[in-house]
Amino acid sequence: MAIGDRRALFQSVVETALAAGDTAQPEVVESALGTPFLERKVSLRARNVNVFYGEKQAIKDVSIDIGKRQVTAFIGPSGCGKSTFLRCFNRMNDTIEGCRVEGEILLDDEDIHAPEMDVVPLRARVGMVFQKPNPFPKSIYENIAYGPRLHGLAASRADLDELVENSLRRAGLWDEVKDRLDAPGTGLSGGQQQRLCIARAIAIHPEVILMDEPCSALDPIATARVEELIDELRERYTIIIVTHSMQQAARVSQRTAYFHMGRLVEVDKTERIFTNPAHELTEAYITGRFG
Amino acid sequence: MSLSMLFLLLVAYALAAYWLGRRVVLGRVDGDARRLHSLPRYHGYRVALLAGLPPLVLLVLWLAFDQVVIGHLVMQSLPESMRALSEAQRSLLLNDIRNLATGNIASSAPDPALTAAVEHYRRLSRWSNMALPVLLLLVGLGGLGWGLLRVYPGLRARASVERVVHVLLLASASIAILTTLGIVLSVLFEALRFFESVPLGDFLFGLEWSPQIAIRADQVGASGAFGMVPLFAGTLMIAGIALAVAVPVGLFSAIWLAEFAGARARAWIKPLLEILAGIPTVVYGFFAALVVAPLVRGLGESLGLAVSSESALAAGLVMGVMIIPFVSSLSDDVITAVPQSLRDGSLALGATPAETVLRVVLPAALPGIVGGVLLAASRAIGETMIVVMAAGVGARLTANPLDSVTTITVQIVTLLVGDQEFDSPKTLAAFALGLVLFLATLLLNVLALYVVRRYREAYE
Repeated sequence: MAIGDRRALFQSVVETALAAGDTAQPEVVESALGTPFLERKVSLRARNVNVFYGEKQAIKDVSIDIGKRQVTAFIGPSGCGKSTFLRCFNRMNDTIEGCRVEGEILLDDEDIHAPEMDVVPLRARVGMVFQKPNPFPKSIYENIAYGPRLHGLAASRADLDELVENSLRRAGLWDEVKDRLDAPGTGLSGGQQQRLCIARAIAIHPEVILMDEPCSALDPIATARVEELIDELRERYTIIIVTHSMQQAARVSQRTAYFHMGRLVEVDKTERIFTNPAHELTEAYITGRFG
Repeated sequence: MSLSMLFLLLVAYALAAYWLGRRVVLGRVDGDARRLHSLPRYHGYRVALLAGLPPLVLLVLWLAFDQVVIGHLVMQSLPESMRALSEAQRSLLLNDIRNLATGNIASSAPDPALTAAVEHYRRLSRWSNMALPVLLLLVGLGGLGWGLLRVYPGLRARASVERVVHVLLLASASIAILTTLGIVLSVLFEALRFFESVPLGDFLFGLEWSPQIAIRADQVGASGAFGMVPLFAGTLMIAGIALAVAVPVGLFSAIWLAEFAGARARAWIKPLLEILAGIPTVVYGFFAALVVAPLVRGLGESLGLAVSSESALAAGLVMGVMIIPFVSSLSDDVITAVPQSLRDGSLALGATPAETVLRVVLPAALPGIVGGVLLAASRAIGETMIVVMAAGVGARLTANPLDSVTTITVQIVTLLVGDQEFDSPKTLAAFALGLVLFLATLLLNVLALYVVRRYREAYE
């Protein structure tokens, strides 16, 4: 199909969807929260979340439940707000000037926007891995030890050594770096740097790890290693991953949420989203008619 | 012909050569520029450079050396008695000849031999003035002819022009280096002359500075002691006080500006801070002398301390304020240049903004911050005006910042101001002090470079 045709089709799909969607939010299918499909306990619960950048609304009335110890993927076209929404869960949007978040987000039934909620322990519980690997310009050891030192997690140097080793092992990086812990973290390859960042995040024992397109700056081999790692990590952690790659979402996630223009269109078991989506927008996106 | 006229003609000539070069090469290919290796304008540049650059070089060399050559020739023609004079006297004589030749006043009444020399000088100058344009024309035409005759469509004119550009850039870069070298050498030689009369050890380790030299044996207070320790100590004390003010204030304001201030506050406050750097130091000087020094003294007296009216503290405080912008502005730039992703990484691990600044941003920005501090330190060490006005000129070896002290730069000024004889140790001491100052700042630079290399956290 020529690009022009696809675009026209997309336009018509979007227009009908939005015409219906604006007035009738239930256009988002009944299982939007996905709760009935959650086989495990809920870790994060978002209710009627709106995010504004100044006057512009980036996220419109999104509600979703995130299951404990499984991988939830956020997919959708560029600019659909999935990264913005992800950053709500550890209040990283606080750092952006002019950004305002409305609605309720519960982490184990605690409102993370409540006045008594301090962002320091919140971010210790909800870790984050960024799009571009961002190791600190310190040694590999210091990169991992940074978080534990901040939160006072190690009583002694031996404790800290053990914590660093465990984190690196869990991130599958130990064997590659054990002989050069004093080398700068910035000297590692891109894929190693990203796994270092994951190790850094798990060193403070978070419950949730947010991953914002963690593989978009990596080559295919490094991507495969990080994906393997994500699969292993879900034994212990709740993971939300934003990705542009539908193959990646299909490979690593158990549940997938599809976002479109600031709205959550649909969330369901990953296999169902990719085989039998309930919403035509989702279908249009995953079959590659736009994106 | 006047110099500016010559120069303008040369420029016009080069422009004409450019046009001609283009025309000729286009003529070779019947106006089809695609058959040329280089664009027509590069052929133009090439011919213009060939025609214009050699005369320009000749002109510069001529201007630099024709007086020397003429002077030498005139001296050769003088009678034996005059040539036997000492170096200094001969240069005075030559000066007289020049002055007489151009109709100025000379130091003595001319005798016949001198009049003949003046006549000779005039004749040579006239020759030189006439020969220059002719030579320039010949060289220029030669270059033009060469350029036009050697042109053909496949000529790599672009590469030739590129080479000339390289050489020009290299020449510009070497000017700064050569100037520095020249300054160092001139200071070094004068300083060596100083060390002929005052031993190096006395200068470096002497504890007394009193450069007045007795003219009569019974003169009081003019021992002629050249120990630089009190000056060096004074310099270090004042610079130290200034840095103690400027580094924390400057660094903290930079951190606030870069990390915590809103965009609007930043847009206002940063330029305001930089205005501080634009205030002339003499204004700071009288501010220090008339406002801060009395304030310091009043404060000291109310605490029961004896404060001299010109104190190192007053000068250092004001100097510190003066160099705040050097620290704050440069630090602000490097802190802002630290990638946002590092801050995000730290914040996402649950660090507070202050922890993030302290543990991630500052280490990453360290080289730039050290650079700013170093620049501020050099300014503090080299600053003169504030010290003259607020700290005094009396050399005193003291560790008390409430006392009046003096610095190396201030002493250099007092040694050289006014009529001085350039063969007395008193005047030459200024060069020795200058050399010490230069070496001290050099050492500081090397040290800072080492610190930065050792502790930097590169975020590339």
